[in-house]
Amino acid sequence: MSTFEETIARDQRVEPGDEMPEAYRKTMIRQIAQHAHSEIIGMQPEGEWITRAPSLRRKAILLAKVQDEAGHGLYLYSAAETLGADRGDLTRRLIEGRQKYSSIFNYPTLSFADVGVIGWLVDGAAICNQVPLCRSSFGPYARAMIRICKEESFHQRQGYELLMTMMGGTPAQRDMVQDAVNRWWWPSLMMFGPPDDASPNSAQSMAWKIKRHSNDELRQRFVDMSVPQAEALGVTLPDPELAWNAGREHYDFGTPDWDELKRVISGDGPCNAERIARRRQADDDGAWVREAAQAFAAKRVPAP
Amino acid sequence: MADAYESLTDHEDDARWAYGTGFSDPLAGVDTTVPSGIDHEDLAAYCLMLGDDALIMSHRLQQWVTRAPETEDELAIANIALDLLGQARLLLSRAAFVSGSGDEDSLAYLRPASQFRNVNLAARADADFAHLVARLLMFSSWRLALFDRLTGAADPVLSAIAAKGVKELTYHRDYAAQWVLRLGDGTEISRGRMRAAVGDLLGGSLVDELFAVHEVEERLAGVAVSPGGVKEEVLSVWGQVMRAATLAEGVGTTAPAGGRPPPGPPPPPPGGGGHDCAGGAFARAGSAFPRAGWA
Repeated sequence: MSTFEETIARDQRVEPGDEMPEAYRKTMIRQIAQHAHSEIIGMQPEGEWITRAPSLRRKAILLAKVQDEAGHGLYLYSAAETLGADRGDLTRRLIEGRQKYSSIFNYPTLSFADVGVIGWLVDGAAICNQVPLCRSSFGPYARAMIRICKEESFHQRQGYELLMTMMGGTPAQRDMVQDAVNRWWWPSLMMFGPPDDASPNSAQSMAWKIKRHSNDELRQRFVDMSVPQAEALGVTLPDPELAWNAGREHYDFGTPDWDELKRVISGDGPCNAERIARRRQADDDGAWVREAAQAFAAKRVPAP
Repeated sequence: MADAYESLTDHEDDARWAYGTGFSDPLAGVDTTVPSGIDHEDLAAYCLMLGDDALIMSHRLQQWVTRAPETEDELAIANIALDLLGQARLLLSRAAFVSGSGDEDSLAYLRPASQFRNVNLAARADADFAHLVARLLMFSSWRLALFDRLTGAADPVLSAIAAKGVKELTYHRDYAAQWVLRLGDGTEISRGRMRAAVGDLLGGSLVDELFAVHEVEERLAGVAVSPGGVKEEVLSVWGQVMRAATLAEGVGTTAPAGGRPPPGPPPPPPGGGGHDCAGGAFARAGSAFPRAGWA
C-alpha cells in the first residue's frame, strides 16, 4: 500500500507536497478550478443588481456578498495553485470553454427577488454540496470549504430574510418572489449533477474520498431541507409530485429536465455566452494592467 | 429538520459578517444631539455634500464589479465601494436627522438630480483602469485630508464618522497610489495610459473644484473643514506619488482656484473632456445622479 493509499484509508488529509497519483492531482485541480470559476462567474448574475438595489442597506448587503464570492474565488484558485496549477492558465481554460463552472449561473436574474432566491436556494444547494467537502481528502480544499461554507450559510440566511421581507410586502412583491422561485427551483436541483446512474466520474471520486455522498443523496437532503422553508415563507415549489413519503421518511419529488441540464452544460443555456463574454472582456481589458504589474515587479528584483 | 450546515455555523457570529461595514457601530455611545450654536440647515447641507461625494464615488466603483483586471482588485474595489457606501449611509442619515425629515434612502433615491451636492470628480466615469486609480488617488487623498481634520469637528457625530473614515481612506489612498506606481513605472503601454489619465484628471476643473470653499463651509466654522486649507497637503501627496511613479515631468501638481458653486440650477456642462458622463448631465454643484441603473 502506498503512502497515498494509507492516507486515504486512514481518512487523513493529502497535503500539496505529498505523493499522489497523477490522476488524483488532475481531478483535484479540475474540481477546485471549476469551483473557483463558479464563484467568479457567480458574481455576475447578482452583481447586475448592485447598482440597482432598492435601498442602501440592501445594496451594502449585496455588494458585501459579491465581494465574498470574489474572495472565495481567490481562495480556491490559491488552493489549485498548491497543486502546480497556474491561475492565468485556469482562467484561459474557463474563457475557452475547456473548463466548466456551475450551470446555475447561466440563468438570468430578472428581478430583485432573484437575489433573495439565489441566496436561499442556490447558496442552500451549494452548502449541501460543500459541507461534505469540508472532509475532502485534499487538505487545502477541505480547509477552504470550512470558511466558504460559513460565509455561504450567512448569505443563505440573508437571502431568506430578504424573501421574508418581500413576502410580508405587497401582492406584487409576493408575486415577484413566487416567480423567482418558479424559475430557480429546478435549476437548483440540477446543481447536484446528473442522477447517480449517469454520473461517470463519481465512483473514482468516492474511492479517493474527494466526494462523500452521491448526487442523488445530496439532492434529497436539499429537497427535505427546502420544503419546510418554502412553507414558512408561503411560496409554492413548482413540482406537483412533491409529497412527504412516510415510508421513506423523505419527500418524493419530480424528475428534473435532464435534457435542459445537458444543454446548459454544453453551452446552450440562456446566459452562457453573456457570462463568458463578460469574463473574457475583463480579462482582455486587464491584460495591460497585469503586464505592467509584472514589469514593475521585475524592475525591483535585485540583479543576480 | 436537521440542518446540514448547523455544525459549521456559529449563530453568535453574525457581527463578523456585518455587511462589510465594520465590526462595531461607529456611533455607539456618541451623543447625536446637535450642539447648540450650530445651524441645522447648514449642518444638514454639509453632511449631504460629504455623503453625496461618497455615494456617487461608490456607485462608480460598483460599476467596476466583475470588470476588474485581477481577482485581488475585484476584492479591493468592492471593498472600497463598500466603505464609501457605509460613509454615505452615515452621512445621509445624519443629514436627515439634523434636518428633521427623510432618511438615507429618501435622500439617495428620491431627490431630483439637481439637488445632489457631490463634486464632479466623484461622478466621472472611468475610461480605463488608469483613469480609475488616478481618480481614486486624488479623491481619497483629498477626502482623507478633510476627514483627518473633521475628527476634531464640533459635531460629535461628524467627528465619529470621520474617525472611522480615516482608517478606510488611508487604505484607499494606499491602494490607488500603489497602482499609480505600478502603471507609471510598468510597461510603455501602462505608462502612456497612466499619463493620459493624469492629464485628463488635471486638465479640466475637476481638481479645482475640490479646494473651492463653499458658502456652507464658510458659515460652519468649527464644524466644517475649509477645503482650501487642505490643498497644499493633497497636492504634495499627489506630487510625491507622481515623482515615485516617474510621472512628474509634464504633469502639473498645482491647480488654479475654482469652486463648488452655491446651490442653484446647474450651469451647462463644461465642454471638452471626452468622457462618458452618463448622459452629460453632470454639472458642478447640481451633479446628476448617474442615470444608468438607478431605479
